[in-house]
This record gives sequence, structure tokens and C-alpha cells, in this order.
Amino acid sequence: MILEVAQFLLVLAIAPLVTGIIRKAKALMQSRRGPSVLQPYRDLWKLLCKGSVVSNDASWVFTITPYACIAAVTVAALLVPVVYAGTFGFLGDLIVLIYLLAMMRFFMALAALDTGSAFGGMGSSREMYISSVVEPTMLLSIFAMALVAGTTSLASIAERIASSGLDLISPALFLAAAAFFIATLAENARVPFDNPSTHLELTMIHEAMLLEYSGKQLALMEMASMTKLVIFLAIMSNVFFPWGIATTDDPMAIAVGLAVFLGKLILLALIIALIESSFSKMRLFRLPNLLTVAFILALLAVISFYILGVL
Amino acid sequence: MYGQELFPLLIGVSLFGALLAIGTGRWERVCRTAPLIAAAGASLIGLLIAIDVLLGSGEVTFTIPTAVAALGHFTFSVDRLSAYFILAISALALCVSIYSIGYTQEYSGRYRPETMGALFNLFLLSLYLVVTASNAVLFLIMWETMSLTSYLLVVYENRNRESESSGLLYLVMTHLGTALITVAFIVMWLYTPGEHSFDFEAFRELGAGGLLPEAARTLAFLLLLIGFGTKAGLVPLHVWLPQAHPAAPSNVSAMMSGVMVKTAVYMLIRCYFDFLGVTNSWWGLVVLLVASISALVGVLYALMEEDIKRALAYSTVENIGLIFIGLGAAMVFQSYYLADPVANAHLADLAALALIAVLFHTLAHSLFKGLLFMGAGSVMYATHTRDLEEMGGLAKRMPWTGILFFVGALSISAIPPFSGFVGEWLMFQSLLLTQSISDPMVNVLLPVAVAILALTGALAAACFVRIFGATFLARPRSKHAAEAQEVPRTMLAGMGIAAGASVLLGVLSVLIIPTIDSVTSSVLGVSIASKLVNGLVLMPPAGEFSSMSPLVIGVLLLFAVPFALIVTRYLGGRHPVERGDTWDCGTPLSSRTEYSAAGFSNPINRIFRSIYRPHTEVRTEYTSSTLIKRKISFSSTIEPVFERYLYAPVAALVIAIARRVGIIQKGSIQAYLAYIFVILLALLVVFR
Repeated sequence: MILEVAQFLLVLAIAPLVTGIIRKAKALMQSRRGPSVLQPYRDLWKLLCKGSVVSNDASWVFTITPYACIAAVTVAALLVPVVYAGTFGFLGDLIVLIYLLAMMRFFMALAALDTGSAFGGMGSSREMYISSVVEPTMLLSIFAMALVAGTTSLASIAERIASSGLDLISPALFLAAAAFFIATLAENARVPFDNPSTHLELTMIHEAMLLEYSGKQLALMEMASMTKLVIFLAIMSNVFFPWGIATTDDPMAIAVGLAVFLGKLILLALIIALIESSFSKMRLFRLPNLLTVAFILALLAVISFYILGVL
Repeated sequence: MYGQELFPLLIGVSLFGALLAIGTGRWERVCRTAPLIAAAGASLIGLLIAIDVLLGSGEVTFTIPTAVAALGHFTFSVDRLSAYFILAISALALCVSIYSIGYTQEYSGRYRPETMGALFNLFLLSLYLVVTASNAVLFLIMWETMSLTSYLLVVYENRNRESESSGLLYLVMTHLGTALITVAFIVMWLYTPGEHSFDFEAFRELGAGGLLPEAARTLAFLLLLIGFGTKAGLVPLHVWLPQAHPAAPSNVSAMMSGVMVKTAVYMLIRCYFDFLGVTNSWWGLVVLLVASISALVGVLYALMEEDIKRALAYSTVENIGLIFIGLGAAMVFQSYYLADPVANAHLADLAALALIAVLFHTLAHSLFKGLLFMGAGSVMYATHTRDLEEMGGLAKRMPWTGILFFVGALSISAIPPFSGFVGEWLMFQSLLLTQSISDPMVNVLLPVAVAILALTGALAAACFVRIFGATFLARPRSKHAAEAQEVPRTMLAGMGIAAGASVLLGVLSVLIIPTIDSVTSSVLGVSIASKLVNGLVLMPPAGEFSSMSPLVIGVLLLFAVPFALIVTRYLGGRHPVERGDTWDCGTPLSSRTEYSAAGFSNPINRIFRSIYRPHTEVRTEYTSSTLIKRKISFSSTIEPVFERYLYAPVAALVIAIARRVGIIQKGSIQAYLAYIFVILLALLVVFR
């Protein structure tokens, strides 16, 4: 119980740090010095110290959205295994997790439409457009792992795959992992789908939806996005490649689990930074090509399980 | 216990309501409310009967004498399956009746209230009798009553040309379906043991005794699928649905979309599992395939629709697709179970799980789709338009309608812990648990169904973001919308009950699922409630496959919101929230600069271009100089694929044949008498 709560708090606590690491790594790769990795914490604190301005046109949807988003993300964070392969799994499985993230997106997209600015509408429209392919991709790729492990509970998937050694490495695993990685980039507004570090450009998606938020409300929305990124990276590292995760509550195993998790997290952050430095953002209507590739990969992963039988 | 006494009362109250409407036509206010109160009373009685039977006090039967003994016993009986559908009908009918009291004011002075009152009561009664009739002939009579009363309600706004043609299409399609159902029943009647009988009791022996030859079973299966599929709105038989639902008054569309299409689901469960017996696995696969296509096509068209009620109607096509995916899966599992009950014992559990998902989603969809149609009706009541592009900004002008519609949108978009989510979750579980079937077709179609379920879920969310956003958010796009006012309290009350029931159904699903399990176990003979529900947690019956607790998720979400509110309020000091204008980049924003519904869905239009086949036309008018434009007009349409490539050729063929055959229509009585004479002669020769 304590472990579950501790790893949940860990996710919330390191969320800004991960964003900071990606930014720092990106800066270094681009021969800049970049701000400290702790800068996102300072940004959040600064936003919390400021007042908010709400548009005259906005209705109650705009007001409740930041709270609904942070609520959805925190409940979702309860469901992911991070250091220890045990979560509040009775609460929900991977389907619940994906649909909680869908809830966050649903509110965010509505709030973006609410202020009547064309930017918000554009971001909202594009977000729903991308997510309509990305969400099934995520579901299917984790389903492939669920079928391999024989459970849809994320913690149990992590535990079973971690404890059954390397025999489980199969084509399905790589297909699904590749699909999920593409989905991670798309869902978290990273290059080549979106550019997280730009404001007011016609190409942006995620930031356009947050445009009208300020002060404390913006802090909540930013925090929700950062936490969402960590949730995705945790799924990436603990569902597809869970080796090293603690399967018992032995302090040694926990320490190893923590070290391995942080290692994987930094590795993934570096990969994302590398991709963001070496690729440019794609044109909006080129995106479906990449997204449908990911969708087909995920579908193949699931079908290959059915056709090749139990692995 | 008391159901037996209440059933005649239910019929009586409904008929009394219809008579009341006709009798009080002179006093408009009375005539508008009294029949609807009677309908609400009838639905309350229906609710009591359903609860009585579902809690286990035995079947309710009610027999009316028939003149013709050969047709069997004209009996209405309420078993668990019927009771479950009565529950769905009553729950929605209660909300809609209350809602209608306010809503029918819209028609005051323009259309006659006694027609609405009488037909509404008769329609409700026919719904009850359709799901309880236990004789094929009686069923067909009731089915036809339901179709005709609903047709008359579709054309209620008879001054509207559009509703006339929509009504005609509905009438043709529904009779096509009825004809096929009739043939299927006759096929089954032919093989009933002993004296041929139309009683469902005799039909039941067909399945139990395996009396039907394979060819007849297959024929009956296909006829029933097409016949009831027409009423349910399966693609490609769905074309009447997006025409008729919007043309009908909104309270009627709520009933049609919420419960009338589900009567087909009821009869298919009854016919397939009870009468025919599901032993061929390909039956389930056919249903699964048609259902997957329906789900995807329905949601794709819903996404492009500019008319709020047509969008909701297409979304019904999608949800019927989801329900049939569950039904198809249940049929596949059941067939494998029946083929080898010992080795495939776990598949019986899965069939039960899939059927529970079907029934759960049926009830959930009745409530939230009814709610959404009522919401659309309220919006139309306030703005007098169905066009999404002419709405906007209603969340501030009609806050209560906005909140209630929002609950419906969250439910249908499968946001946890609302009811739509629980239904989809159950469906995913039943599909994912099927690794042990080794038929290649099953192994390809099941993952595809899973993928389509996931895809439609995401597209449905996009669809309802679009509908809610265009209707309720940002600035009003027309004068009507700017002047909209909140609707009368009775309408809000009707929607409020539906919204509350929708939320409770999701959050308290652990309490409701054991009851649904008792219904499926009466059909399949397998009870899985003890394996599925564990305290506050739902666990599919396969070891530790997964678990979910909608109630705890709901409570956590509910606690997280005020927690976040309080934390952020005090962290970093307290600051007042100011109001200001939306940032406008220096050019004043107006309702013309905000995102429109068409713009919102355009990217999705581009992904699925091969399905939509969009056609865009930009026309520019120039002044005397080609450099200065006077006016640019833009129009964009998508091609109605099914209408154009499936129905139009058939219609053209029928018209061509009719022209040819028309020659025999001379208009002279002697010629017609001659035809009759020739045919009689031919019959005498053939059937000597």
C-alpha cells in the first residue's frame, strides 16, 4: 500500500523534472546551454503565484476544465506501475487508463472551443483528428501486451513479463512497442506531430488549446500535460520492457527498480530529445501516413498474437 | 407478485390516455398534458412490472381470446428478458413523457395536440406489447402497430415536405423488414412439432429439439437478421434512420432512437438463442462483420453531419453497431460452447459476458441517447433550428440544458465512470478473452472488431466534442441562438431524470450487473455474476484478467476536483480571477471568426476521404476587374455512398419494371375481372 502511494507521488513529483531533462538535452544537442532541468518547477511556481484572466465568452466548461484534467491525470497515475509492479489495479486496467486520458482530452478540446478564438478551435479540431487514430493505436498496442501476459491490468502485465524473462521477446512486442512509441510522441504533442516549445504558430496543436489559460489554471494544465508524459514513458518502459521492475517489496528490489526506472526514463527522454533535434515537424496532412502506420503496426501485433497462438 | 395484476392496468392506462387525448381535444391545455401524464403513469406501472419480474417473482402472463384457433394463443408474457426491455422502455418513457409536457407547447396552435397525445400513448403501448407478445401472429400485429404509430408520429409535422418523404422511406423500409420477418416465422411454423403452431412456446421446441433442417435454419437466420436489422438500423439498411429520426418531433425521436430500435435487439436475442439455437459459428461472424461496418460507418457519418438530430441518428447507427458486435461475439462463443460443452466450458462464461455487455449497453444507450435527443429538442425549442452552424454560445444562455446535454455527451463518448464507458469496457473484455478459439476467421475478425471498437470510441468522442462545442460553446452564430432562453421546467425535469439515471447506471453498475446476469442466465443458462462482480469491483470471469471499479473511480475523480481547487487556491497566494476579452491578435473577433462545425471535422474528412468522397465547390464572382472579387461562395458535400450506389439502382430498377408491368393496368373493369379469372384458373390447375 505504502509502495503504491509512494510511486504515485513519485510520478507527480518527477513530472516537471522529465520535461526539464528533455529540454536540457535538446538544448545541449543544439549547442545551446539551455535552462536548468529544474526550470519547469520554477515556471509552475511562478504561474501559481499569478492571477488568472478568463474570457468574457467562456462558460462553465472553461472554468472546470483544468480541475477535470488534473483529476483525470492523477487518477490515471494511480494505475501505472513505476518502480514496483503493483498498483491500485482493482480500480481499473489499461482500458480505464486510456479512457481517463481521453477524458482529459475531451475537456481540453471543449475548453479550447469555449473562448471563441480561432486558435483554440483549430487546436481542438486537430487534437481530435490526431487522437482519433492515436487512441485506438495506444489501446491496440497495449492490448497486444495484455494478450501476451494474459491480463489487462497494467501492473500484472509488468509483473508477468518481467518475471518470465527474455522468452517473451517476440515480433508482437516490437511491433506494439514501435506503435506505442509513435503514439506517445503524438499524444504528448512532440515533434514530428506538434512542437511543444512554440507559441502562436499556425502549426501548433496542443499549445493552441491552452492559449487562453493563465495563472493558476495554466499551471494545472501544464502540470497535467507533464504528468501525462511521464505516464506514457512509464507505460513504455514498464509494459513493453519491464525487466528490472521490482516484483517484491524487498527494499533491495525496490532500490534496483527505482534505479532501473530512472535509467529508462532518462534514456527515453534522450531519445525524444534526439528525435526533436533531428526531425522537423511534419505538415498536418502528412501526419495520417505516420499515424496509420502506427495503427497498422498495432493491429498486426494483436493479430499476430491470435494467429501465431499463445507465445 | 403484483405484476400479474398490473399488466392489464398498464394496457388500460395507455388506452385511457389515448382516449383522453381524443376526448379532450377541445380544451387545449388539458389535452396537451393529461395524456402525457397518463403515459408517465403507464411507464411507472411498466417500471414496477419490470422490477417485479427481474427480482424473481415469476412470469407474468396475460391472454386475450382469439377467434381463430389455428393462430394459437394470443398471450403476452413477461419473462426476464422481456422484463429487462420493459425496464429500458419504461425508464426512458417516463423521462420523455415528463419532457413532452413542456415540449409539445412548441406545437401549440400549429398542430393538433390530440393527435400527439393519442399516438404517443398508443406507440408506448405497442412498444410494451411488442416485447411481451409470445405468439408470432400477435407479435406481427403489435410490430405493425408500433411501425404505423411511429410512422404517424414521424409525419406529425405534416406541413413540412421533408417529413413526408422521410416518413414514406421509413414506411417502405419497415415493411420490407416486416415482410422478411413474416417469412421467417412461416418457415419456423412449418417445422413446429405436432399441430403447427405460431406460439413462441412451440418455436422454443424447435431450438431445443433441433427440429429445423440446416437450410431452413440458415434461411430463418438470414431473414431475421435482415428483417430486424432494418428496424435496428444496421448498415446498409440504416438509410431510413437518419431521415426519420430528425423529421419526427424530438420527444418521438428520443423514443424511436432510444428504445424502438432496441426491440429488434430483443427479438434477435429471443429468436437466435431461444428459437433457432446458435450452433453455427459463422452466424456470429456474419453479425460481427455487419456490426463492425455499422459502427464505423455510423460514427463517420455522424462526424460530418451539420444537422444536430441527423448527427445523433447516425450515432445511433454506431451504437447499434456496438451492441451487435457484442451480440455477434456472444453468438460465436455460444456456438463453440455448444459444439463441445466440456472442452469449451469457459466459452459459455464468455458468451454470458458478451450478452451482459449487449444488455448493459442497450439500457445505457436508451438513457443517454434519449437524453441527447431531448437535449437537441430543447435546443430546437429555444433556437428553432437544427443546423449546428447557426447555434453556439448556448451554454451561457441555457445553462441547465447545457449541463444535462454535457452529461449525455460524456456518457456516449465513453468517459469513465459514465455508463457508456462501462458498456464498452465489458465489450472489450469479452472480445479480448478469446485466445483459445483456433478458427482463422475468428482470429482475424475478433481483433478487427477490437480495433473498430477502439476506433469508433475515439471518433465518437471527436463527434461529441464537435456537437457540444458547436451548439453550446463560444459565441452565438445566429440571432436565434443569441436570443435563446432556458426551456420550461418540465423539459429540464425529463432530461434531468435521464441524466441522473445515466450517471447512476455507470457508477452503480456493480449493483445492476447481477440483475442483468439473471436475464442472460435465463437465456443462456449460465450465471456468471459471482465471477464477474466482486464487492465494488467488476472482474471478467477468467482468473485475474482485469478488474475495474467505476464507483471508486467516480469517487476519486469527484474528490480530486475540489482537492485541486483548494490546493491551487492557497498555493502561491490567493488571486482574484479577472474577466477579459479573448485575445484577438489585434483584429476584433466575432462569431464569424470562430471555428465552425464543418471546419472542426474537416481534418477527419481528409483522413477518411475514400469513404466520404467529399465534393467541394468554390465559386468566385468578380467585379468588372478580375482582381477585385465581389463574393466568394463555398460549398462542401460528402457523397451519400449507400443511397447512391445501393438504393438508387434498386429504385431505378423497380421503377423500370413498374413501367413495363403498368401496361396491364387498362382501367377497365372487364380486363381486371379477366385477370382474376385467369389467376383463379391457374391456381385451380396448380393446387388441384
